[in-house]
Amino acid sequence: MESLLNVQNLVTSFRTADGKLPAVRGVSFSVQEGETLCIVGESGCGKSITTLSVMGLLPDNGEISEGSITFQGEELTHKKEEEMRKHRGNDISMIFQEPMTALNPVFTVGYQMMEPLHLHTKLNKKEKKSRAVELLTQVGLSDAEKVLKKYPHELSGGMRQRVMIAIALACNPSLLIADEPTTALDVTIQAQILDLIDDLKRDLGMGVVMVTHDMGVVAEVADRVMVMYAGHVVETGTVEEIFENPKHPYTKGLLASVPNVDDEEHSLEAIPGSLPNLNEKISGCRFHPRCPFATEKCKEEDPPRFQISNQHQSKCWLHEEATTNESRHEAYS
Amino acid sequence: MSHATKPILEVDQVKKYFPIKSSFLKRTVSNVQAVENVSVDVMEGETLGVVGESGCGKSTFGRTILGLESLTDGSIKFRGEEIGGLSERQLKKYKKEMQMIFQDPYASLNPRQRIGDALEEAFIIHTNIGKKERRQRVRDLLVEVGLNEEHADRYPHEFSGGQRQRIGIARAVSLNPSLIVCDEAVSALDVSVQAQIIQLLKKLQQSHQLTYLFISHDLGVVKHISDRVLVMYLGATMELAPSDQLFANPLHPYTKALLSAIPRPVVGGKKERIRLKGELPNAANYPSGCPFHTRCPLATEQCRQVRPEWREVEEGHFVACHEV
Repeated sequence: MESLLNVQNLVTSFRTADGKLPAVRGVSFSVQEGETLCIVGESGCGKSITTLSVMGLLPDNGEISEGSITFQGEELTHKKEEEMRKHRGNDISMIFQEPMTALNPVFTVGYQMMEPLHLHTKLNKKEKKSRAVELLTQVGLSDAEKVLKKYPHELSGGMRQRVMIAIALACNPSLLIADEPTTALDVTIQAQILDLIDDLKRDLGMGVVMVTHDMGVVAEVADRVMVMYAGHVVETGTVEEIFENPKHPYTKGLLASVPNVDDEEHSLEAIPGSLPNLNEKISGCRFHPRCPFATEKCKEEDPPRFQISNQHQSKCWLHEEATTNESRHEAYS
Repeated sequence: MSHATKPILEVDQVKKYFPIKSSFLKRTVSNVQAVENVSVDVMEGETLGVVGESGCGKSTFGRTILGLESLTDGSIKFRGEEIGGLSERQLKKYKKEMQMIFQDPYASLNPRQRIGDALEEAFIIHTNIGKKERRQRVRDLLVEVGLNEEHADRYPHEFSGGQRQRIGIARAVSLNPSLIVCDEAVSALDVSVQAQIIQLLKKLQQSHQLTYLFISHDLGVVKHISDRVLVMYLGATMELAPSDQLFANPLHPYTKALLSAIPRPVVGGKKERIRLKGELPNAANYPSGCPFHTRCPLATEQCRQVRPEWREVEEGHFVACHEV
């Protein structure tokens, strides 16, 4: 089966005063129809830049320097701005973290809802309006007619995020990219929005890429998980593999540092240190200065990705020995 | 963490209203009822977690305790002495005892002031110790919160988020206070750094015999750090119980909904959620009766009209609900 989205060896770099610095260093992944891929990692690990690269929305000083992005078999990296514009909001849509900054404060919700319909469809005014009402009802806003006439500031955070989702869904996208869609919301509202995205995914058969740093959210919505650290993918696998059998020390650390409300025995363990800067030169594995299992080899050579199972990969030297000596590996986990 | 029976802070029926004034005559037309009748005792040496959604008045409550907001009604006693409604000058001697850690330490640091100077200020204002000793204290403090002595000569922008929060903590503990209000102290940090800061807070609590009022919207963090947890909704207290008890056996329908909404980092452990309809009502237009009745799945006619009493249902377990 051909993937909906296929990213191969993506390198995205930024021109800065310190020269050209790569924020994403060779990332590969794919998304199937009707599947949710979660990208997890701490802030600054390159997860948002990966999604912005797919959307072609990089800041002026950023560029895709290597790799390919294919969407439904079409290569996106060489497309011109106008061609990309035909995709954005049409078959690829994005939801952002802060709906207030993504919505235009001087236009009504209705105007902003109809904009993608105006650009990508040939519906007339009346049809557009009824589509907008239909969408708002679909995302769970009652009294949609009234909401259309409101300005963003008149809505609460949860309502704004619903409007954002409705706009993103306007043209029935096949791929939805959600960048921290619930981070700014309260837990009760977050639960509503996550359920909504999940329902819509099932009904419309969209592929979803969700960027988040909340492991709880990942466990709820993901089919597959990709863990990023300092621009690299350090581990990928199905959601069960990542949570029940994490292999990479960073993934383990990330899971151990999340407070668990159900587990009485759970003790919080922090990963020492913090994420390196883009301009920091680190030899070997970029996680080794913070890794409790780091060996001499980790300091010198960058590890390749080791296949753990069919879909499970981990970028760590520990698995080189593990594949040959299973019992030894047990000692690490 | 010892459970001393003596309360360090007694909060009794505290109210904080923000007046809404008419545009011309500046008459008070109505009030935003940010904190509505909160009564709670904070015990010496404990960590009291305060949870609730944004806009529930938890931060205003913390600020009112410290005298950063004036008190509308009620009484606040610190070690038996009334501190509610004291003037700025009268409060000075208590300010040494009560400190605050903010969510964004960068906003509370002067970008042109070296960290060492910022930390030294508290000693200049509140103590009479000499310059040399002050400098030494600052260096000791930096080491205590996990930074280096050399960091004293740096400026705020040179630090990462986690390091800045360490500076905020150093500032708060510098005068050896007994009570610290942590207002979303770890909310802006990444999980791995968040865990580091929580561990630091726990370590300092032991070494300085601190009492924390830990305000956060993150229930996982609150459960981890708190001895007791207070649940607030729209300025009012809904439930108060020892942490384990609250999470194992929540009684109030709001607490139940809140707990069921937390995304759990466990696959397949997805519980059936209690879906709350709608959103937090506006505190300027306060609902009659129980403030939660507009979203409560159990609401009855009584809830719409009569404000439920704050009562102790089990030892140490308080709840305000007609249906419990």
